[in-house]
Amino acid sequence: MEDFISRRSLAGAALWQGRAPRLRSLSIELTERCDNACQHCYINLPREDAAAQQAELSTEEWKRILSEAAGLGCLGLRITGGEPLLREDFADLYLHARRLGLKVSLFTNARNLTPEIVDLLRRVPPLAKIQITVYGMSAETYEAVSCAPGSYEQFRQGLERLLEAGVPFLVKSVELPHNRHEMEAFHAWAATLPGAEPLTGITYQLDQRAHRDSPARMALIERLRMPPEELAAKLLAEPVAGRDMLELASRWGGSSAALLPCGAGGCAEPQVDAYGWLHACTLLRAPELAYNLRAGTLADALQRHFPRFGAMKNENPLHQARCGRCFLRDLCESCAAKAWMETGQLDGIVEYHCQVTHAIARRLGLLAEEEYSWEVTDGVERAAQLLQEGR
Amino acid sequence: MNAELEKVFALSEDVVAREIEGELILVPLAAGMGDADDELYTLNETGRAIWALLDGKRSLAEVVGALAAEYDAPAGEIKADVQGLVAELSRRKMLVEAG
Repeated sequence: MEDFISRRSLAGAALWQGRAPRLRSLSIELTERCDNACQHCYINLPREDAAAQQAELSTEEWKRILSEAAGLGCLGLRITGGEPLLREDFADLYLHARRLGLKVSLFTNARNLTPEIVDLLRRVPPLAKIQITVYGMSAETYEAVSCAPGSYEQFRQGLERLLEAGVPFLVKSVELPHNRHEMEAFHAWAATLPGAEPLTGITYQLDQRAHRDSPARMALIERLRMPPEELAAKLLAEPVAGRDMLELASRWGGSSAALLPCGAGGCAEPQVDAYGWLHACTLLRAPELAYNLRAGTLADALQRHFPRFGAMKNENPLHQARCGRCFLRDLCESCAAKAWMETGQLDGIVEYHCQVTHAIARRLGLLAEEEYSWEVTDGVERAAQLLQEGR
Repeated sequence: MNAELEKVFALSEDVVAREIEGELILVPLAAGMGDADDELYTLNETGRAIWALLDGKRSLAEVVGALAAEYDAPAGEIKADVQGLVAELSRRKMLVEAG
């Protein structure tokens, strides 16, 4: 008897064997509003922000975009925010996506997982684990981050409802000065949850405000960041992280003036924001690179708008002299998207990420003290040598 | 005639069948359809040929007949393939017996 049917997973599977659809997956940010007011967050607006709510895409506009995405072959849909469950039409949009045959990955703080929403997720499973960010293991800590009284209790209630209904989920966190003392307890608790997997979802590197919308909030994010030396030690404490970083450095392809060497123009997972602007990735919010889906189509964006990104060059001489020649580039968190968030320039330099990367490189033995990566001409050889020595 | 072959099957409303870049992909819509709640399914070439004829109108005998007219394969082998696919998809609740 033949095996007529094969189980496939989107994650890592070579489903398409070279014939990939025009759009494999899409991320949608249903709203930028959130019922938490986390100090470190890069995108949240107040829940009551009427102007933001007014400007959001309507139910029908979202449905049109989702239907077009499915028509282009999209299989994976990430629904995020803000807090996506604040949208009153969430259930309607979720069901629309699932009936189109989309596999949904939902990012939420779990506060609005009502019995009705949980029942929907049980009956019509998203086909991917719901991802829940946990800000603390106690009400005091959680709410010191969320800045929302009562939020911890609501989060726990939402989580309990998922557990009772047997809806698969995973937890992740962001390490901040407020909750650092509870991270060990968080790891221990996360390991007790059903279907627990090794935790990879701890955010250590805080991103700046996606729209550069508040100098005060941006200054606060700056202050919340872990000092570069401490962060380097934290990142290198992860199993095999050092070896992985040496391998990345050893494979550096040489100087480049490409503005988007990540291939964002290829649009592996573009993101639609709450107002209908399509961005090449979650973080790339520079208005001049966005495409207005209220006036156009996904197909047009993929065919005509994004491909031109591949030819965009970095024109900042300082960036070319530093990042352009940096053999640590693939270890560095900086990219055009983050440069824009930090500096307002796609080809700006993110000094924080540069400092973290240099701290990592010094700990790995790739750089001497006082040495800078862009001055080094034998970086690749150094990385290869250290790998050979089994460092 | 085998009574089983007189039955008519159709795609369950609890599954979405999508054709993307030459692949037929079955996406479960309801809980408990697969071995895990996070998987998609694809059909091989034989499976797809059979699937295309499971339209809620033809009996399995008619499906076997249509395939025998199109493919150069022994009728017994085709019948076994049709019954095998129907059994597998029914087990996963992706096919339902029609009317």
